[in-house]
Amino acid sequence: MTAGPDVSAPPLTAPGAPPPRRRRPPRAPYALLLPAIAVMLVGMGYPVFWQVMTSFQEYGLAQQFGQPPTFVGLDNYARIFGDERLWAVVTRSIIFCLANAFVTLAIGIGVALLMKATHPVVRLVLQISMLLAWAMPMVASVTVWKWLFDWRTGVINWLLVQVGLTGMDGHNWLAQPLSFFFVATVIIVWMSVPFVALSVYAGLTQVPDEVVEAATIDGAGPAQVFWRITVPMIRPVLSIVLLLQVIWDLRVFAQIRLLQDAGAPVAETNLLGNFIFELGVGRQDFAGAAAVSILVLALTVALSWPYVRTLLKEDAA
Amino acid sequence: MSAVEITTGRRVGADPDPSRPAPAAAGRWRRRLGRWLLGTVALVVAAIWAFPVYWMVISSLTPDALLRSETPSFWPASPSVRNFEAVIEGSSFPSALRMSLSITAVTVVAVLAFAFLAALAISRFRFRGRTSFVLAVLFIQMLPAEGLFIAQYKMLSAAGMLNSVIGVSVLYTAAIVPFTVWMLRGFVAGVPAELEEAAMVDGLSRAKAFWRITFPLLAPGLIASGVYAFLQAWNEFTVALVVLPAESTQTLPLWLRSFLAASANRGVDWGEVMAASTLIALPVIVFFLVVQSRMTSGLVSGAVKG
Repeated sequence: MTAGPDVSAPPLTAPGAPPPRRRRPPRAPYALLLPAIAVMLVGMGYPVFWQVMTSFQEYGLAQQFGQPPTFVGLDNYARIFGDERLWAVVTRSIIFCLANAFVTLAIGIGVALLMKATHPVVRLVLQISMLLAWAMPMVASVTVWKWLFDWRTGVINWLLVQVGLTGMDGHNWLAQPLSFFFVATVIIVWMSVPFVALSVYAGLTQVPDEVVEAATIDGAGPAQVFWRITVPMIRPVLSIVLLLQVIWDLRVFAQIRLLQDAGAPVAETNLLGNFIFELGVGRQDFAGAAAVSILVLALTVALSWPYVRTLLKEDAA
Repeated sequence: MSAVEITTGRRVGADPDPSRPAPAAAGRWRRRLGRWLLGTVALVVAAIWAFPVYWMVISSLTPDALLRSETPSFWPASPSVRNFEAVIEGSSFPSALRMSLSITAVTVVAVLAFAFLAALAISRFRFRGRTSFVLAVLFIQMLPAEGLFIAQYKMLSAAGMLNSVIGVSVLYTAAIVPFTVWMLRGFVAGVPAELEEAAMVDGLSRAKAFWRITFPLLAPGLIASGVYAFLQAWNEFTVALVVLPAESTQTLPLWLRSFLAASANRGVDWGEVMAASTLIALPVIVFFLVVQSRMTSGLVSGAVKG
């Protein structure tokens, strides 16, 4: 709010001089915001409102055929949250999300350190390959990985057989829940590491060399330099990236859905988004789907708060 | 920075070697070995990350019969574009391409117009409700499609707008506008209002000052935001899956999925499927390389600068 070039700043700041021009009518900014607000209200606002309303209503077949819905309070929540299938899905989603976020972060930091430590030419090669992976459209990535993991002619099974694991010949990765989630993790980590690596690398370039040199002269080893100097100095980047990764890894509906196409056991591999899809689109239980959606939205807003606060600070600066 | 490195590097190299004691030479040798090792690890990591993209392109150029052989061949043995011909002629690719292009075009134009006006408002004016708007924008950009798509489906179906370009474009615009407002805000704030004022002192009207002075300076920001919106709309899968259920209105990501499913019915022809994937991925990779630096810094700039 203390920004200098402020068109509508109160003329108090320059009491003697006349204001350079008439104060703009206060309606201008609202007019400029109108289209953006309107489209967000239609596309996001109304659906959220509908969801909140529906989650408190009976929404069965009768309502599908035009009967006015009846208010049932928290019945839908009680029904859905009393369902142990939901809790299985929630547990699975949280474990999957945290595991993916931490693996992604660990590998991403490793790649960023490699970029910092290697020759500029090697660094450029590494950056280009990261960008290529990052640029791949999600559906195309999952499709390529499905082929790499294909049980008949996939490269991964071939490679495992070459290194002596002959039992992997014809192994179907997507048939069991555990190896299904292993494949999903490989894909999601592969897709997410580039963002983490490039962001952390950008943070690393901000760490002054003098500080590291001084620590080295004082006798600190590489591990000590990393944990005592580097990590504290890039902590802001690390926490933001971890937070974004956790939020993004909660919304992996599409990847899971595409992998399930190959004949995976759906009930045992559903995550939160897939559960909502199945409830709503599959079983037409819109009230139940709305209740679970509210849970997902609330979780996202709660998790996003630290990130949003950081950005707001930037806005105020 | 690099100039300094070069000069210091030369100075170290010019040091007379014989005057150095033996342990220092051994240490230097070990350091060099370590650097080689790190370089090798880095190249292996680069190869792992690039391989799926490489493999997609190579396979798309290889006839299916060769892809089914026992040992995969890791370079194009007998490259041909027959897979691409089969995909373009033998499937609903043209109609999916038309669908994707229309939705993307409508979305990009709407996003740019709406987000630009909003960015102008929040970076050039201080007004009541500004902080609430910024807060709403930041939260809305985080909302997952998974938490909204059932309601969006019901909304469009009640309005009779399932399977319509406009319906899905409205949803895309609403989802993409928030981040674009945030991105453009930085660009608009980067053009000092004094420039515009100086032009007005020199006799231009406010509108002319804006179009002649400020707007050209914003072009890079608008291009970056436009490419960002393009990538989002072009790649989107989740919302499209729900609100475009008809086969005739599939976008490219939906089409790729059903192309693979159709191929799976007769033992997947991976050559054709990879050609299909390449067709979708290529324009995206090109556009992505244009915009990526801006996107990285947009997401974490506050954190990097501290």
